[in-house]
Amino acid sequence: MIEQVLAHARRDHPDECCGIVTGSGGEPVRLVEMTNADRSPTGFTFDPAEQLTVWREMDDRDEDLLVVYHSHTMTEAYPSRTDVRWSANTPGAHWLLVSTRDETDEVRSYTIAEDGTITEEDVQVTEAHVTEVDSTD
Amino acid sequence: MAPHLFQSGQPFPSERHHTAMAIEVRIPTILRTYTDGAKQVEGSGDSLGSLLTDLDERHNGLKGRLVTTEGNLHRFVNVYVNDEDVRFLGGLDTPLKDGDAVTVLPAVAGG
Repeated sequence: MIEQVLAHARRDHPDECCGIVTGSGGEPVRLVEMTNADRSPTGFTFDPAEQLTVWREMDDRDEDLLVVYHSHTMTEAYPSRTDVRWSANTPGAHWLLVSTRDETDEVRSYTIAEDGTITEEDVQVTEAHVTEVDSTD
Repeated sequence: MAPHLFQSGQPFPSERHHTAMAIEVRIPTILRTYTDGAKQVEGSGDSLGSLLTDLDERHNGLKGRLVTTEGNLHRFVNVYVNDEDVRFLGGLDTPLKDGDAVTVLPAVAGG
């Protein structure tokens, strides 16, 4: 899944990419690439029509929103002030960020508390989960 | 055939209720604090704005989360009428009729 996020980020560069990983019982289920309605190198907004479709699917499958991912194209993979503000809309979701500003892949994950406190998480844990999902393919 | 059944007796309470408050509104998890945890509520109104005013009478504070002090739809939320984004339908002036389904979702965005 990390590979898929990176590929998405490289493909959409110089614009930011965005998407989600759905979860069930805290375990990742599937990755859904979302359309960045802003088509911007400095921001993203999930396409509202597409979001409705995907959110309804999640509801039907009893999945929840586990990860919100997006790329930064000119800065490091660290939540911006805008990210922190918007994270209030996705309580409990992990924010996974990828930087495409240079050749080296930078993937980092965070939880952002209601008060705006950013806590970085070990991405290795995410990769372990991804391996589990991949093994069912 | 169904209306005929109601003519002789009392209308079903559910039928009366349906007539008075016929618009279904799906509430996202983060706004269910305003609806006592309900996933779906019902309201009435001939436009999205009047529906939200009606809902706010029973779910105090809900409207304030959806509408800015200037009276526009908040950009932090997406509102759909019959699966159409109301931004393309007329925003708060979007006309509503009995049987319409309104869905509210938190927008997902960042920088």
